[in-house]
Amino acid sequence: MAKGSVEIVVERCKACGFCVEFCPTHVLALSSAFNAKGYHTPYMVHPEKCSGCDLCGMYCPDLAIFGYKQPASPKERRGCRATAAGRSRR
Amino acid sequence: MTTIGITPTNPVEPFLRTDRMPHIWCPGCGIGTSVNSFARALTEANMDLKNVAIVSGIGCTGRVAGYMKLDSFHTTHGRAIPFATGLKLANPKLNVVVYSGDGDLFAIGGNHLIHAARRNVDIKVVCVNNLIYAMTGGQTAPTTPGDVVTSTNPYGTYDPSFNLPYLVEAAGAVYVARWTAFHVRQLARAMEEMFTKKGFSFIEVLSPCPTLYQRRNKMGDGLDTMKFYKEKSRIKNGAPTNEVALSKSGEIIVGKFVDRERADYRDLMHDQLEEVLGDQYVEAEACECSI
Repeated sequence: MAKGSVEIVVERCKACGFCVEFCPTHVLALSSAFNAKGYHTPYMVHPEKCSGCDLCGMYCPDLAIFGYKQPASPKERRGCRATAAGRSRR
Repeated sequence: MTTIGITPTNPVEPFLRTDRMPHIWCPGCGIGTSVNSFARALTEANMDLKNVAIVSGIGCTGRVAGYMKLDSFHTTHGRAIPFATGLKLANPKLNVVVYSGDGDLFAIGGNHLIHAARRNVDIKVVCVNNLIYAMTGGQTAPTTPGDVVTSTNPYGTYDPSFNLPYLVEAAGAVYVARWTAFHVRQLARAMEEMFTKKGFSFIEVLSPCPTLYQRRNKMGDGLDTMKFYKEKSRIKNGAPTNEVALSKSGEIIVGKFVDRERADYRDLMHDQLEEVLGDQYVEAEACECSI
């Protein structure tokens, strides 16, 4: 069970790859999809490995990604996982 | 059963003017990363955001004041420190942060910087050093190390560069540290520590400039530079600042170099005026500000 997850504001991302490179558990990869500005944004390729440490969030120069620890209850955990990857958030 | 809030929010979002995002910085630029660390430092230090003001000059890093949701001012070129000095003296309760680039602080604003450090004005200076004049097209800056290609030195630079921590320490700063955009946690901690210091505090943040510096010198993109920082940087807290000069591909010494105490400008002014004027002297805090 994943301990954490990440949330990405796709439209703010410029695909520098810092989060992909420095993720300690190698959760992220750059996707083949584009955002509106034509950048390949990251997505969770191994969501089960995420520890929610937020190191991706600390490195992000575009302030577009952040990690968080999953809430304790399994019900809520399922809810967060379903909405986490690649979703645009205002 | 209580429900935990399940809509997580980005911890740096409250500090940003999100309507201005995405920002203008290039992909791979480290300025955004330093802003990220700065926002986290504000959270960790439990700063009252009403009492924090951020002042920037001109340049890529000068845009920081426009993106932070704090009291901010984007000054004329090189004059961030004079503005901040006035701000601090007029309203001593404010925590004044000058967030600017190496070109703004050390080239056109170099004189202001050394005199603010000499007087020990209680302002916090964060200098994002990308080793070049980035916004104007990659000209040689006073911080550009030797033997790199810039738009004004197509055959390589040869003029000696500034060693920023050495200069600032010699001028009289009480806190001098250098970190790179790679050292995000250490940088956030240093910024947090900077808020606890009274006096002229200075943090140099080395940042990649993939569009102008790295590309012209065939050093790869921003990510390659971050890997370079990871490989080449060595933490030496308390290292003598005359030994921490930067070179094109040599070792990067990072850490906290200076942490000392000195009477700051306001205290000196207060002591002197109270001694000379006696009862006639009124503290600035005692005056009611109508704004």
